[in-house]
Amino acid sequence: MASKETTITAVPEHTVEIITNSGEGAQKCAQIFGQTCAKMGNGVWTVEIIPAEIEPPHHTVTSTSGNIIRFGTDKVTNWGDRSKLAIAFNDQVLLSRHRLDSFADDCIILHESIWENHEDEAIRDGYAKAMKEMSSKNYRFIKVPIEEETLKVVDNAQHGKNMFALGLLTEIYQRDLSIIEKQIAYIFRTKSAKVTELNVELVKNGMAWARENLDFQFIIDSVPAEESRVVMNGNQACALGAIAAGMEICAMYPITPATSVSHELCDIIESYGGMVHQAEDEIAAAGVALGASYGGKVALTVTSGPGLALKTEFLALAIMVEIPLVVLDVQRGGPSTGLPTKVEQSDLLAALYGQPGDAPRVVIAPRTIEECFHSMITARRIAETFRCVVIILTDANLATGVQQFTRPDFDERWQGELIDASPVPEGLRPYDWDHDTGMSRRIIPGTPGGQHTVTGLAHDEESRVSYDPGSNERGQRMRSRKLAVFQSTLMPPPIYGDEEGDLLVVGWGSTQGAIEEAVDRARAEGRKVSSCQLTFLSPLEPGLKEIFSKFRKVMTVEINYSDNLGDPYITEETRRLGQLCWVLRAHTLVDLDCWTSVPGQPLRPNDIYNSIIENIENGSST
Amino acid sequence: MSSVAISLLDLDSEEIKCFEAEDYQTRVAKWCAGCGDFGALNAVKRLLAKEQLQPEKMAFVSGIGCSSRFPHYVNAYGFHGIHGRALPIATGLKLARPELDVFVVMGDGDCTSIGAGHWIHATRYNADMTVLLLDNAIYGLTKNQTSPTTPQGYASNTSPRGSVLPALDPLQATLGISNASFVAQTADWVPVHLYATLQAAYEHPGFSFVRILQRCPKFTPDVFLDNVKNPDITELLIHENGVDVPSLEKLYKHRRVHDPKNIDDARALAQRTDMLRLGIFFRDDSLPVYEEVRAVPPVSAEEKIVRLNEEFDRYGV
Repeated sequence: MASKETTITAVPEHTVEIITNSGEGAQKCAQIFGQTCAKMGNGVWTVEIIPAEIEPPHHTVTSTSGNIIRFGTDKVTNWGDRSKLAIAFNDQVLLSRHRLDSFADDCIILHESIWENHEDEAIRDGYAKAMKEMSSKNYRFIKVPIEEETLKVVDNAQHGKNMFALGLLTEIYQRDLSIIEKQIAYIFRTKSAKVTELNVELVKNGMAWARENLDFQFIIDSVPAEESRVVMNGNQACALGAIAAGMEICAMYPITPATSVSHELCDIIESYGGMVHQAEDEIAAAGVALGASYGGKVALTVTSGPGLALKTEFLALAIMVEIPLVVLDVQRGGPSTGLPTKVEQSDLLAALYGQPGDAPRVVIAPRTIEECFHSMITARRIAETFRCVVIILTDANLATGVQQFTRPDFDERWQGELIDASPVPEGLRPYDWDHDTGMSRRIIPGTPGGQHTVTGLAHDEESRVSYDPGSNERGQRMRSRKLAVFQSTLMPPPIYGDEEGDLLVVGWGSTQGAIEEAVDRARAEGRKVSSCQLTFLSPLEPGLKEIFSKFRKVMTVEINYSDNLGDPYITEETRRLGQLCWVLRAHTLVDLDCWTSVPGQPLRPNDIYNSIIENIENGSST
Repeated sequence: MSSVAISLLDLDSEEIKCFEAEDYQTRVAKWCAGCGDFGALNAVKRLLAKEQLQPEKMAFVSGIGCSSRFPHYVNAYGFHGIHGRALPIATGLKLARPELDVFVVMGDGDCTSIGAGHWIHATRYNADMTVLLLDNAIYGLTKNQTSPTTPQGYASNTSPRGSVLPALDPLQATLGISNASFVAQTADWVPVHLYATLQAAYEHPGFSFVRILQRCPKFTPDVFLDNVKNPDITELLIHENGVDVPSLEKLYKHRRVHDPKNIDDARALAQRTDMLRLGIFFRDDSLPVYEEVRAVPPVSAEEKIVRLNEEFDRYGV
C-alpha cells in the first residue's frame, strides 16, 4: 500500500474476527482486545470459535480456532450479524469462515501474505483455490506479512503472531495501549518479565505496521459508565456467583463447555473455605454433591448435556428425599456427544422431564452474563427454601461470551443462613409437610433427636418406606405443591415492545439479545412485534396465557431442533417442535408456532428478523 | 424418631446415658429368617455400644439391595441411596461433615458390579469411613441372579446351567488399588471374628473395607456350607495389629501370623485358593485421608465479601 492518507470512519459498532489455526493464540488475542474495549467503556460481546479437538492438523478448514468480538458505543447484547473486519493467519481457516457466511459483503480481510508464493505447491494451490472461491464477494483483501514481522521479535512465530495481530487491531480501532499492556502483564504474570516485554513489543510492531501500511481507521465512541462495572464471561460469572452464594463444595467431572466453571473455582474456592472435588464420573459428581448437601452444605455440580443424562438418577433421588442441590448445566449441541464446543438450547426437556415418575424441580435459564452470576445466588436460595433441586441452564454462548455488567454489591445474606440444628422437638417428623405448601424443616445429621433414614423409596412423613397408596399419593402431592408455592412468588415476564400486536416472539435464556435486536428492526419498520424472554422454565412464570391472548400469533425462537413444515412427510400432524414450544403449548393450550435452528452457533438477529417477517406474512394465526 | 434418642437430649439431666446394643436398633429388620445381614447388624450394634456413639453423630449410607435396608434399622442418621452409589454420597457427606462417623453398607451386586467404578475410586480417596460389603454371592432382592462374586458353576435364574465366569475376588481387587488403606475379610458364621474385625475397621483412620461373607437363606444357602461345617478349611490371619480372637484358638487350627503392613504378602494370600482366609489382609494407618488432605480453614461471610471484592477488582472496567 502506498504511503497514504488515512480515512477515519466513525461507526456506532463493529464486529471483528480473529481466525487462526487451533493453538495459535486467537483466544488470548481476542480476550485482551475484548477486555480492553470493555475497559474503554464500549459495549462488548464475544463468541469463541473452537474446534472440539485440541490442535487438529494446521492450515485446514477444520483447524479453525478464533474469536468474534462485537463492540460498540452502546450496550451490545449478542454477536450480531456478519463481521466487518477479519484477521486470518491462513487461507484455509479464512475459507472455513467464508463458507459459514460469517463475513459482511464489504468485510475487510487482513490475511497472511506468505502462502500465496509458498515453496510448497500444495499450499500455493490451496491458496489460489480459496481466493477464487471467495472472489464471489466484495471483500477487501489486504495481505499482511504477519509471520515475517513476528519473527523480527521472537524465534517462533507460532507464539507471537497473535500479539502482532492484536497490534493491528489496536491501531485500527485506536485502542488504549496502556490498558493492553496491563492485560498482557496479567495474562503472563506467572512467566518472566521478559515474556511480557516481548509480547508488548509485538503489539507495538503491529501498531507500527498498521500505521505505515493501512489507509483506514475506525472510531467507535464510548460512553463512560455511571456505575462501576465488571467484564467477564458466563462461566466466570457462574463460578463467582457460586462463591457469592456461599457454596463451598463443587463436585464435577470434566466436560466441555462447562469445565471452565470448575477451573475458575479450582483457582479460588479454597481461599473461601471451599473445595472442588473432581469425581470419577458424572454420576459420582452428583452423588458427592448430594452427600455434601445432605450434610448441610448446599453443594453444586457442574455439567453439560451428556453429563446431565448420567446424573438423572441422582437428581431424582435428591428430589425424592428433598435435599437441596444446585446443578449448573452449560448446554451444548446434542443428542449424544453432539457438538461439544458449540451452542444449542438442547437440554430444556431433559432438564424438565429427565426422570421416570414425577420429579418436580426448578429450572432457571439466565438470559445474560449478569444473570449467570445472580442465578447462582437465586438457585441456592430456592433450593434451600424449598428443599428441592434447581437446574440452571446456560449454554456455550453465555459460557464463553464476554459482556459487561454492573458490579454486584455483595450481600452476606446471599451466602445463606445457618441451618437450624437445634434439638428436634418430640413429634416433629423428617417430612412434616405443611398441608398447604408441602414445605418442611430440613433436619441434617448431627441434629439431636432427628435421626431418620432418608430413602429413594416411597415414604411417609416419618421417612419410613411405605408402599401404601395414601402415602405415595401424599408424598407426590407435597413435592409437587412446592413448585406451585414457588410460582406464586414470581411476577409475569416483562414484554419487550407493546403488550399487544400481531406477533409475540417467546425465547428463553441466552437468545434475549439477538431476539430483541431482531424485534427492534421489525418494529422500526412498523411491524407490530413484541418479545418476551423467559427465565423460569419450571415452574413457568405466571400469566403467560393472558399475555399470549393479546397477540394474533405467538412463536418461540430457540436454538434447538424442529421440523420444517413442507419438508417431506412433515405436516401439522407430524411436525416435531422446539422444546419450549412443546412446553408452552401444553401449559397454555395456545397454538404456538416455532422457529428454531441448530447451526452450532448463536442465532443471528437478521435470521430471527427474517423468521419474524415470514411468520407475519405467511403463517396462520394463533 | 426414636424415643431413646430424645431422652438423650434431656440436657437438664445429670445422668449420663449409657447405650446398650439394643438402643441402636430402631425397628425389627425385614430380612428373611437366617439372613446373614442379621449377623452384621448385631455386630454393628455391639460396636456402637462399645464405642458409646451418639446416634445423631453418625450416618449409615447404603445403596439398593437387601443389605442396603440396613440404615433403616439403626438408630442413627441414614441415607438409603440408589443402586451402586452409596460411596459417592458417603464421600460427599464426609467432605461436608468430617466430624461425623460414616458407615457404608453395600451388597455384592451393589459394590462390585453396578458400583464398581465408585468402589475403586472411593478406595483411592481414602476418606475415613467404615465400609461393609455384605457378600452373599447373589442378587437377593431381585430374586436370584448371578453376581460378580457368585462362584463359577453356581446356578441362578440368569445362569441356569451355572455361572460361566470365575468369581470376582473383592479382596484382590481392593488390594490392587493405589492408596487402599484397610482390607479385611470376615464371616457371619464367626460372630466374634466379625465383631473384632469391625472394631479394627472402625478404629482405622481411612477407608476400611470389610468383606463379610454370608449366605442368602433363599438363594445361596449352601454357598459357604463347607466352611461353616469344617473349620479346618479356613485359616485365620492373626497379628497384634490385625485381629486375634483368643476364643477361636480351639476351633481354628490354621492360624497364620500375618503382618497387615505387608502388602506383598497380603496380595499373595488374597490370591491363594487353598483355603478361606479371614482377618486383616492389609492395614496402613499412615496413608493420607481425603477429607484431611482437602481441608481448608473456614472463612467468615464478611471475609468472603472482602475477598470477592478483591477478586472483582480484577474484572473491573
